[in-house]
Amino acid sequence: MNLLNFSDSNTASQIINKINIIAKKIETAHIMEVCGTHTMEIGRLGIRSILPSNIDLISGPGCPVCVTSASYIDSAIELSENKNHIIVTFGDMIRVPGTNNSLDNARAKGADIRVVVSPLNAISIAKENPDKEIIFLAVGFETTAPATARAIQLAKNDKIKNLSFFVSHKLVPPALLALINDPMLKISAFLLPGHVSAIIGESPYIKVVKSGYPCVITGFEPIDILSGIMLTCEMIANKKFALINGYSRIVKPNGNQIALKTVYDVFDICDSVWRGIGIIPQSGLKIKKQYEELDAAKRFSVLEKLDQKMPEKCLCGEVLKGRIKPNKCPSFSKSCTPQHPLGPCMVSSEGSCAAYFKYGC
Amino acid sequence: MSIKTITLSHGSGKGNKELLEEVIFPAFYPNSPGILEDAFIFDIPGRRFAFTTDSFVVTPLEFPGGDIGKLAACGTINDLAMMAAQPVMLSVSLILEEGLDASFLTKMLKSLQAVCVSNNTKIACGDTKVVEKGNADGMFINTSGIGIVKVGVSLSVANAKIGDVVILSGGIGLHGITILAQRKNLGFASSAVSDCCSLFGVTNALLSAVPNTRAMRDATRGGLAAILYEIAEASKTTIKIFEEAIPVPDVVRGACSFLGLDPLHIANEGRFVAIVPNEEKEKALAALRAHPDGKEACIIGYVTQKEKFPVLLKTIVGGVRPVELPPGELLPRIC
Repeated sequence: MNLLNFSDSNTASQIINKINIIAKKIETAHIMEVCGTHTMEIGRLGIRSILPSNIDLISGPGCPVCVTSASYIDSAIELSENKNHIIVTFGDMIRVPGTNNSLDNARAKGADIRVVVSPLNAISIAKENPDKEIIFLAVGFETTAPATARAIQLAKNDKIKNLSFFVSHKLVPPALLALINDPMLKISAFLLPGHVSAIIGESPYIKVVKSGYPCVITGFEPIDILSGIMLTCEMIANKKFALINGYSRIVKPNGNQIALKTVYDVFDICDSVWRGIGIIPQSGLKIKKQYEELDAAKRFSVLEKLDQKMPEKCLCGEVLKGRIKPNKCPSFSKSCTPQHPLGPCMVSSEGSCAAYFKYGC
Repeated sequence: MSIKTITLSHGSGKGNKELLEEVIFPAFYPNSPGILEDAFIFDIPGRRFAFTTDSFVVTPLEFPGGDIGKLAACGTINDLAMMAAQPVMLSVSLILEEGLDASFLTKMLKSLQAVCVSNNTKIACGDTKVVEKGNADGMFINTSGIGIVKVGVSLSVANAKIGDVVILSGGIGLHGITILAQRKNLGFASSAVSDCCSLFGVTNALLSAVPNTRAMRDATRGGLAAILYEIAEASKTTIKIFEEAIPVPDVVRGACSFLGLDPLHIANEGRFVAIVPNEEKEKALAALRAHPDGKEACIIGYVTQKEKFPVLLKTIVGGVRPVELPPGELLPRIC
């Protein structure tokens, strides 16, 4: 596959022309890009600057580290403060602030925190450091959960005693359902996450479509994203509510059954708390009883509090639902900035609030 | 002062800028340090000199395309070259960790020496310290250098003028991705080879052809984004660049896309940007392309009137976005 075909500027300008034509048939469209990688790419490509003014892109709750609760990060920092622990994490967790602190600061004070690109790296770190307790910070959506599940299976099979997993994996479809259950929602359509869909397939989105939202499963190259926007606009204009798989070169209708089997061998579904949003029922994963010796929460008695207070005056929930623009939140650029973010829209460097803060748009 | 503890984020990009402005400059300069160039320029009657220093810490100490010795010579020589100075002499200070293999040390020193020999540069003085195991990552090197500035040339990042073109000497991101691939054991990027090289030859060729070149800067830590930012801020202009014009090797593009990094933020050790007057662009390109270290040279943008953002990028889909300073430590993303 030649990915250059998906970033051809002539094709891009043809699609943009088409979007402009369709946009004339629409009053306004608020399209939510659910996935954090889409948010980053839309920012990187400057897509907002070329869309017609009545087509509005709203960043969704799909940046996994951004929706990780402050309580989870606080507990991870607490775990890192024990000199006998090595914390293993994905890179983007490092800078995300908890209530008062970040892993970056904990590392500067001497905590042994290592950045990896796969949970499987935690196994080799555990083998290389038999005298230390290795704790993997297992966050992310359906995309990263299979690799965590596989690492947990391997750790159990290999009887690795000095490795455990602090799990706060989250599931995307329950979050979407929670959003659309709000009658005040001002979203017209969804660009669905390509990577998550590669694992879960098409069927988990049927409820969303049936509720009256056009949906396009979208890839990550420039042409993928522009096509996703064009297809959603087309459906909005024609009042058609369907699910289009615009990323069929990767996403199969049934998803990745091997990955799903691995995930549900290791995890049960549970309620989960989303930063700035609150508890979403049945939107998280927890380690099953048969693997509980590998659960860091049990081994070290650490907690991710479900009943934690949401920061006062954080209106991320309203921003995510398209009800208000970021600069209408009373905390925006006052008590909530990219350096001291309250909710996920400011945590993600290209989240709706952070983008408003940076570009002043 | 908002900085309480030094973290890895203070090593480059935005974090480094904050560290300099909030902590380091106030300690030395009551007002402002003035314009920050790659080397300090001073006159001794009849001659103009450049003086600079750099410290080198890299893991692993050897990597495809180079090692810490080569890096330590090239880094300082390149900072002199960016100010139109022919490197004359270098100091070499070594901080060695207890337990370092002596034959490995010899290999690194020979590598450093080889770059100096090829640039006709003398190693004039040095120092050695040995620290306890665990207190240095194998070895650290500091080099300082003095060079003689080419007669008739006056470079400064403050010199960029509206209408000037921005020339990049070659494909970006290879050094940073090479190091990342080695450190994180990224099989898919294992073919990356660092661009580490001495730039004196190629910059001298450019300056001989176009002595009225306005400014040059090598795109080391912080990548292309950081140096364009510095040039725009110092010259009170805005630099506009075109994504399609910027050469990004496939291995860099692939690794950046997988890891969620921006090629504009990735470090280089053998790439530089030159700002030249529009009417000299053909001459400049011809001179650069005739040299092996500049054969991929190309125009990536131009200097315009100051706008709200120092650097603007026109993306391949036609969108325009501000280019940001890299956040400091580059961390792979999962989202």
